[in-house]
Amino acid sequence: MAGLLVYVHHDDGEFSPQGLGLLAKAAGLGGEVTAFVAGSGIDDGWAGSLGGHGAAKVLVADDAALGGLSQPIVDALAPTAAEADAVLFGAGVVSADVAAGLAARLGAGIACETTDIAMADGGVVATRPALDDTVMVESGFSGGPGIVLARANAFPVREGASGTAPVERVPVSVDDWSQRASLTGRETAEGGGVDITEADILVSVGRGMGGPENVQLVEALAKALGGEVAATRAVVDAGWVPYSMQVGQTGKTVSPKLYIACGVSGAIQHKVGMASAGTIIAINKDGNAPIFEFADVGVVGDALAILPKLTELVAARKG
Amino acid sequence: MNIAVCVKEVPSATSQRRLDPGTKRLDRSGDSEPNPFDVHALEEAIQIRERGADVGEIVAVCMGPGSAQRVLTKALALGADRAVLVTDAALAGSDIAGTAYVLAAAVGKQDADLVLLGQQAADADCYVMAAAVADHLRRPLVTQVAELRLDGGTVKAKRQAEHGYDLIEAPLPAVISVSDAINTPRLPSIKAIMGAKKKPLETVSAADLELDAARVGGDNARSVVREISPPPAKSEGLRIEDAGGDSAEKVVAFLSEKGLI
Ligand SMILES: Cc1cc2nc3c(=O)[nH]c(=O)nc-3n(C[C@H](O)[C@H](O)[C@H](O)COP(=O)(O)OP(=O)(O)OC[C@H]3O[C@@H](n4cnc5c(N)ncnc54)[C@H](O)[C@@H]3O)c2cc1C
Ligand SMILES: Nc1ncnc2c1ncn2[C@@H]1O[C@H](COP(=O)(O)O)[C@@H](O)[C@H]1O
Repeated sequence: MAGLLVYVHHDDGEFSPQGLGLLAKAAGLGGEVTAFVAGSGIDDGWAGSLGGHGAAKVLVADDAALGGLSQPIVDALAPTAAEADAVLFGAGVVSADVAAGLAARLGAGIACETTDIAMADGGVVATRPALDDTVMVESGFSGGPGIVLARANAFPVREGASGTAPVERVPVSVDDWSQRASLTGRETAEGGGVDITEADILVSVGRGMGGPENVQLVEALAKALGGEVAATRAVVDAGWVPYSMQVGQTGKTVSPKLYIACGVSGAIQHKVGMASAGTIIAINKDGNAPIFEFADVGVVGDALAILPKLTELVAARKG
Repeated sequence: MNIAVCVKEVPSATSQRRLDPGTKRLDRSGDSEPNPFDVHALEEAIQIRERGADVGEIVAVCMGPGSAQRVLTKALALGADRAVLVTDAALAGSDIAGTAYVLAAAVGKQDADLVLLGQQAADADCYVMAAAVADHLRRPLVTQVAELRLDGGTVKAKRQAEHGYDLIEAPLPAVISVSDAINTPRLPSIKAIMGAKKKPLETVSAADLELDAARVGGDNARSVVREISPPPAKSEGLRIEDAGGDSAEKVVAFLSEKGLI
């Protein structure tokens, strides 16, 4: 198939908003857009609903081996992808693994962290901000399909999408080696607790806070301000605070009025979850930290020394 | 069991990073360091050995220019037993597809049961290499691993995705990329830094790896930079240099001026 092929990832019966947003973007480029859905026990009506998001046609790969890990999906996708002009992927852990595996399989070019897509000279052109978003880089592709991996939240989902597209099932053949890894369990976010997406003020803890024993300094400031505590993946992965507090690509997207980042480097995958906050204050002892590129106020200093003072002053002011 | 760790040379965090407007490639003339995320991968290899697995050797593998030798010497000081630098003028300018092809070929020659990579390269900000290398090697893959255990010939890994954590198992040989929270890397001792110079550091060429010349180098890149330009203008932020906690007053003044407290 010529044209644009959009891989739409899904989890637990829900399409990834990253994939849906990309479909809408692709549909706006002119040309025919085909969506690709892989899984086991896929419902045709559900797959067809991608028509409302911009797909003219939906290809479904349905096989028991397509249980959520990336490698079997590469097997299922590769024959169709080889014929496409470009294959587009929304941000996501599995989605990126499929995109990268496919690039290797097809020997194809891949553009990462894409925030804009255009057609030029008969091909796809992907634009990304690079080097901590200090430069824009525009890439094209040669010698086969181009693979485009989007940055998280770069392409908004179509509002009030409705409509359906015809669904076609593709033959699936999965190699033995690509089924060697297996998903044996899941730990999903526990319910209850605070919903950080609702908070007006967030104070976030990054690895620069040194250890779980110092999370209380961030809690104290959040409390004085009437806000809540958020966190980076590094400290969530390390077990300092629960996953429900995580901001970023694989955590929550927040847009509070005020976001105070303490010991946070400002990696892209964190930035995409909080860049739309009204005011961003960063406290980091490294004057070169990427977060200073997008903070409204950048404090270069030791957060462990600054936080108690700040908390005291805020409490006094409010008291 | 042997472990290969992929270590990329990246510009130091303190150096001014830029793209060369002529070549449109990263300017590598400044100071460089091992990609910080790869230091976690190397540390994990050492800890796997310390936890009692029968690890024969830990080999650090890098594709890069001659200057990357320094980075591999650091990897040896950090605990790798030997290092392999893939360096060749024919490889300069390789894109992700080309680099994955080269790394897979290089790693494939190391007789490694476990291949470890970092979660991402600090200069490219992608997170794709592990999956691409695994596909070339036709080995099982787990990315962004926050906890790793070896149980006989099986890796048991925990990694975060968009919904929380996945628990994934894979038999060796396997390819794993690790999250920066998986461990706290140790600092090399003076003795280890001195000892690093005595450990084997081998340099290999494209020919040594029997690479297909049509798949590597800038001329064969499938992803081609067309243009580089400045980002959209944004307003300069306010910068406060703290001295002994004195910035707190300025921050509070800013907050109250903005009506945030
Ligand atoms: C696929 C993928 C998805 C990801 N998803 C997310 C996500 O959802 N959310 C997320 O946050 N990350 C995510 N990441 C990880 C991200 O790339 C970074 O690794 C992570 O955000 C780093 O967290 P950090 O800023 O706490 O730690 P670090 O990057 O280690 O930064 C710590 C900072 O603290 C500073 N510091 C140290 N000591 C002090 C002190 N005393 N006072 C002040 N500052 C100090 C340091 O200068 C440094 O800048 C993802 C990565 C990938 C590849
Ligand atoms: N040129 C290279 N040499 C060695 N390892 C590399 C190279 N490029 C990427 N890697 C590895 O791939 C990981 C992810 O890189 P990337 O997907 O390019 O961001 C890094 O953390 C390294 O472990």
